[in-house]
Amino acid sequence: MDNNSGMTIIVKTITRITVPIIILYGCYIIFHGHLTPGGGFAGGVIIALALLNVMIAFGREFTNNWLNINFLEKLESISATLFLVLGILGFLIGTTFLLNFISKGELFRLLSAGTIPVLNIIIGIKVAMSLFLVVWVLAGLKLDEGESL
Amino acid sequence: MPIETWLIFILSFMIIGSIVALEIKDILSAVIAVGVVGLGVSLSFIFLQAPDLAIVQFLFEIFALIIMVRAFVKKDYHQEEPSKVNKILIGITIITLLAILYFTASILNLLPEFGEPLMNTAQYYLNNGASDTGAANLVTSIILDYRAYDTLGEVTVLFTAILGALTVLRIKSKSHR
Repeated sequence: MDNNSGMTIIVKTITRITVPIIILYGCYIIFHGHLTPGGGFAGGVIIALALLNVMIAFGREFTNNWLNINFLEKLESISATLFLVLGILGFLIGTTFLLNFISKGELFRLLSAGTIPVLNIIIGIKVAMSLFLVVWVLAGLKLDEGESL
Repeated sequence: MPIETWLIFILSFMIIGSIVALEIKDILSAVIAVGVVGLGVSLSFIFLQAPDLAIVQFLFEIFALIIMVRAFVKKDYHQEEPSKVNKILIGITIITLLAILYFTASILNLLPEFGEPLMNTAQYYLNNGASDTGAANLVTSIILDYRAYDTLGEVTVLFTAILGALTVLRIKSKSHR
């Protein structure tokens, strides 16, 4: 690992400890989206911010080696398609587009509310990947001197 | 104390923050002052008992702060010189706004009371949301069940925006490598 890129060793050590916890918290927010405040959007932003934390602390080159950016891009497109597929499945199985066709289950249980947790997970992946990728691409942009965007 | 008092306090704080963001010379201080506005919005969502919105607003404020600090702090920026035309324009704007306020003041009497909406849809969601969808969180049951079609549109908008940004910026950064 290149120690010269990114920020100081203090920031790197703290990032190494906190980032897994932040990602875990984001997953909790996503999975409990139908029970507690939050949901796919908020959890996705938390995960994206955790990945950005790594990028700011360790530098862009390290993040490029650590994460498979091409895979993340594919994950982003796949999640958008899955949302549409789930909607069409509701059309095929039931009557209307985006019908809640899985059994509702018991209120206040983790496995309840039919398609809502599935959609939450899909939106969480989508938001996390897209927000991270936008900043990742922006960080790679270097302007020549005197040039304006 | 009623909610309105707190809201007015937060709103005036946000107005002061935005004026500071406009007038201050240091660019980092301006970015932080813009952050005050977003955090004020997040706080007022908590006072209005909308924790979902408060969480999302708070996170996006941090996200926007990261982007703005990354984008602006080390760059030179152009500062506009105060001129006579500007002062005249500000005067015309204030007079126009005051005139609009004067001529539309009577509409304030027609507005419904705070917390008493005109539409009855929300009451239906409150009564039947849990039994219809099985989700304990009503906000999620609305955005992913009753109004899932809107969420699909939202996802499409996000997808298109990120696609455009990736395409344009990737070409530009590759040509400079």
